[in-house]
Amino acid sequence: MNDLLSKYPEEIKTILAKYPSEQKRSAVMPLLFLAQRKEGYIREQALSEISQILDIQETEVATLVGFYTLFHDGKTGIYHIQVCTDLCCALRGSEDFLTGLCEALEIKPGETSQDGMVTVEEVKCLAACDKAPMFQVQGKDGISYHENCNVDNTLEMIQEWRESGAAEQEETK
Amino acid sequence: MSKYVLLRHRDIPNIKDLKVYQDQDGFKAFKKAVTSLDQGEVTEIVKASGLRGRGGAGFPTGLKWSFMDQDNWPHYVVANADESEPGTFKDREIIEENPLQFLEGVAIGSYAVGAQLAYIYLRGEFWQLAEFLDGKINELEKAGLLGENLFGTEYSLKIHTHLGAGAYICGEETALLESLEGKRGQPRLRPPFPPSFGLYGKPTVVNNVETFTNIPLIMENGAEWYRDLGTEDSAGVKVFSLSGRVKKPGNYELPFGSTYRELIFEHGGGILNDAQIKAIMPAGASSAILRASDKVLDTPLEYASIRKLGSDLGSGSVIVIDETISMDWVIKKTIDFFKHESCGKCTPCREGNYWMSYLTRKIHSGEKTEEQIQLLYDVASNIQGKCLCALGEFSVMGVLTSIDRFPEDFGREPIGSDKG
Repeated sequence: MNDLLSKYPEEIKTILAKYPSEQKRSAVMPLLFLAQRKEGYIREQALSEISQILDIQETEVATLVGFYTLFHDGKTGIYHIQVCTDLCCALRGSEDFLTGLCEALEIKPGETSQDGMVTVEEVKCLAACDKAPMFQVQGKDGISYHENCNVDNTLEMIQEWRESGAAEQEETK
Repeated sequence: MSKYVLLRHRDIPNIKDLKVYQDQDGFKAFKKAVTSLDQGEVTEIVKASGLRGRGGAGFPTGLKWSFMDQDNWPHYVVANADESEPGTFKDREIIEENPLQFLEGVAIGSYAVGAQLAYIYLRGEFWQLAEFLDGKINELEKAGLLGENLFGTEYSLKIHTHLGAGAYICGEETALLESLEGKRGQPRLRPPFPPSFGLYGKPTVVNNVETFTNIPLIMENGAEWYRDLGTEDSAGVKVFSLSGRVKKPGNYELPFGSTYRELIFEHGGGILNDAQIKAIMPAGASSAILRASDKVLDTPLEYASIRKLGSDLGSGSVIVIDETISMDWVIKKTIDFFKHESCGKCTPCREGNYWMSYLTRKIHSGEKTEEQIQLLYDVASNIQGKCLCALGEFSVMGVLTSIDRFPEDFGREPIGSDKG
């Protein structure tokens, strides 16, 4: 039983069609993104499922999860905030922004807020140096950029997530 | 006609829409190439234009295309949209705002080297951008501008996007190819270079987004037109990404031959809080750092002149440092970056950056002893020239030039006059 294959048959077909049929291994990163789409991290089981789909060794899949920073092998917050603190952003105040945001959320960089809603971490250059402080959010709807930020408008955004999250829970009851 | 070559969206609203782009003669150059020019002829025009790779290395584009091994097929084209160098944010604006010109450039490049399959490798963070490009590619296929038997000829072309997942090293072309093949992004030993052994071991052209975006207008207006925009040494125009301590950071498209003074003080509005400019990093975090002097500020922006100053034009990512910033902090930040992004394959880069990180942190936290600084300098010198790819070589540039050119920030005697 291949969970990934039964959950996303169409998506997997589209991904595989991008590469020459004898070069299926090229699809491994798109499939890893697919595997972490719902929960925000890759379960061990998905590694073997991907290796079956692509006819490669499980370890050849696992090695990528460790190498690339956008793949996560453990549970994080529902929203994963990654703040760029590289040179150019730091020249425009991103380090103070990160400190301020973490203090307001009562966490340290790398940690998840108590309600499990947000994880905040430092990250390397995101190619938005002219609009710092900035961060990306990895969440249910993919990855989005937020630029020219300050602590107040970021906290407002997090509050909105919390409210819509509560509303969703209400609905499913 | 737009005053821009690349950032045409700035005076042609909605050029990202196919209808608007076609009203501006979009895809005429591609059609002309496919229906009336030999593949070799296209390469000759690009060669004659003097266009050089805009990803940083500045290698002549037409020459690269002419290196494709004609006895080994199929051929592939890969557009490098893995923009990840601190200070670089030009490709993102091009793709977001002028995507069709970029895609037409990829299409013309593919035709020129006989590739029927092209990939656009975007950094994973550009997830929304990849979806956007997929939509545009879809539209072009429906309009008969990409796909099978284009314009009634034998030529067919498919373009696909492929997302990385957060690794600066994948901007290095052989690491990018490894990543596209589904492996860890670690550079290959070269030679062979991609035009003889590239994607899946087949001849491959890898060019930067900005490089490709130049191609349609070169084909439309001719090589000579393009050369005339720039200088003898550096043909055409360049998008400079300006960041750091300036009032108006952003992308500025300028002809080669403009100066740092124009870029920073006219376009960039000068230094934040009207402080004094102290240093210029011409090529992002990899820069050999220049001490800002009148001579440096008035030097024409060209590949050769910047090299004469003791740095490189690179990808044109200009980071401005002002008097409030100490260089020991700057190199702590650049080394933080390179240590994190080192792929771990070769020892000088992997271990060297670990040690440089240890030392730059120590020095920045106040231990500015001559012994520590000399040790840092020695470690950096020992990395230089011994790495498998440019990442390791880049990592030491800021360290060595900061200590050499800004000794006062490391507790050493200031130099009498600007070495600049």
